[in-house]
Amino acid sequence: MSTVANEVPVTSRAKIGASQGFARPSITIVVASAAWLAVAAVVRFWPDTPDSDWAHTGDLAIILAAFGGALAVAGLLSSAFVPVMQRVRRIAPWLIVLAVFIGVWEIVTAKLALLPLPFFPPPQAVLEVFIDDWSKLGASTLASLRLLAGGYLIGAAIGFTAGVVIGWSPAFGYWIHPILRFIGPLPATAWLPLAFFIFPSSLSASTFLIALATGFPVTVLTWSGVASVSTAYYDVARTLGASKAFLVFKVAIPAAMPHVFVGLFMGLGNSFAVLVVAEMLGVKSGLGWYLQWAQGWAAYANMYAALLVMALACSGLITLLFRFRDHLLAWQRGLVRW
Amino acid sequence: MVAAAIRVEATTAPTAGSALHVQDVSHQFKLHGEPLAVLERVNLQVAAGEFVAVLGPSGCGKSTLLRLVAGLEPPSAGRLFIDGELIAGPHPSRVVVFQDPTLYPWRTVWRNVALGPEAQGNLQAKRGRVAEALKLVGLTGFENAYPHQLSGGMAQRVALARALVNDPQLLILDEPLGKLDSLTRIAMQSELVSLWQNAGFTVLLVTHDVEEALFLAQRVIVFSDRPARLKTEIVNALPYPRHRGDPRLAELRHAVLAQLGLDATW
Repeated sequence: MSTVANEVPVTSRAKIGASQGFARPSITIVVASAAWLAVAAVVRFWPDTPDSDWAHTGDLAIILAAFGGALAVAGLLSSAFVPVMQRVRRIAPWLIVLAVFIGVWEIVTAKLALLPLPFFPPPQAVLEVFIDDWSKLGASTLASLRLLAGGYLIGAAIGFTAGVVIGWSPAFGYWIHPILRFIGPLPATAWLPLAFFIFPSSLSASTFLIALATGFPVTVLTWSGVASVSTAYYDVARTLGASKAFLVFKVAIPAAMPHVFVGLFMGLGNSFAVLVVAEMLGVKSGLGWYLQWAQGWAAYANMYAALLVMALACSGLITLLFRFRDHLLAWQRGLVRW
Repeated sequence: MVAAAIRVEATTAPTAGSALHVQDVSHQFKLHGEPLAVLERVNLQVAAGEFVAVLGPSGCGKSTLLRLVAGLEPPSAGRLFIDGELIAGPHPSRVVVFQDPTLYPWRTVWRNVALGPEAQGNLQAKRGRVAEALKLVGLTGFENAYPHQLSGGMAQRVALARALVNDPQLLILDEPLGKLDSLTRIAMQSELVSLWQNAGFTVLLVTHDVEEALFLAQRVIVFSDRPARLKTEIVNALPYPRHRGDPRLAELRHAVLAQLGLDATW
């Protein structure tokens, strides 16, 4: 590496790397790679406690080492792919922390047995769940997603429609508003015993509850969005010959969309909570049910695995919602990036 | 491109304008349950193709008169006629340009200008007019910009294009240049004059700027304080294009300010 290149500021150095095909590897990426490889070595060469029989200690070491190796490759070679490298470099500090966390977790469980079993299984036990029980875990995830999607979409559609109607028409507002005020604040889970009794199946009952949990915030936020549209917008459209339908669909609704998305976001959070409770108490499938089942068998590794999947799925869905919003509200300034 | 619009020669204007007749119009608002009179027995005739400015102290009810002319509200008493027909509601032949551009932030410049044709359901036929209107206000090339990317003057030009695209017969201007910086304002005043001369529509302009009213209009109506009553009117027969430094404009200005009781410093 030439001394000249070392004096160039970081950003332009990356650009030079892109154009000339070489650049100094990022130190944070190298450290992150080393951390993952070190944890892999700890897992592999520090023997587990004598009375344990973890089946996948070796596999865990291989996965950790592979990830560390991939990081090393990214750090050394990806200078040709500047966007990739910049991305990896941005998350590298987090990757270091993650490696340390897995290392400490491994040491206090599998290596030193400082934490009591079965409540605190080592990482390889969680890995074992993914290897041995992936089909049940996958099926549960799919079941949860299906139930969530049904309830959420129904709730969002009804909430959106109700919000527009209340915001637009005082006559409808007169009838819907008191119901909304009376029933809305009630946690959807409070309906659970009644819903399982009234609805023909636990699936339809849970769909109803999720729709309810989603619908309330979507309705209120859509309503406030439509109600807060500036009258000047309507005046402009009216002088230009707009019909009532135009005022609703081309003025009120687009103007209310930023509010609507706040409602959709809140509704999604609510729906996760109701989904898990419904699955724990009535539905015989899904991740909530899997958690309950794992706890019944004291299979805590399965619980951690399910929690991990759940976190990834929920976070992924929120990301998806935000992407959709960013796409639809590209005109808005100062969007909060997720 | 702006200059090109100004340079257009003052040819004989085709009479595409509407005649406005305001007959004994009074209007009041409810403020905290109390009626508040804003207009009192206003009578006004505007000939087809005429450029009339309404001048008055701020908050005197000038803008209310425009809302009534636009048909956005019915008057409490009296009647308004356009070409002899009673004004019963808004119509795209009477378009308002408001003090704020009130562009829709979720629409691009092009789609904002296309709002009228889209609302009237003839956008396909009028696509060419949208491009023309944008060219007329000097914003060709900004079709895909969003309102938040525009300066105040550009946004007001878009609002003007959004009005012009409908081929209005009566252009109602509610202090459209009130919030612009003085340079942009001077430029846009000249543009308004040439637009009016070319299109031949009638213009009803509300302003509290004496110079603007005199520079633009053929007739200046002076309103009293609230409730607005017609105080006087001043005919400005100076030919176009006018020059801001014209001593005759200064004389008229003195006369108007005298009417408003503000001539002490002039």
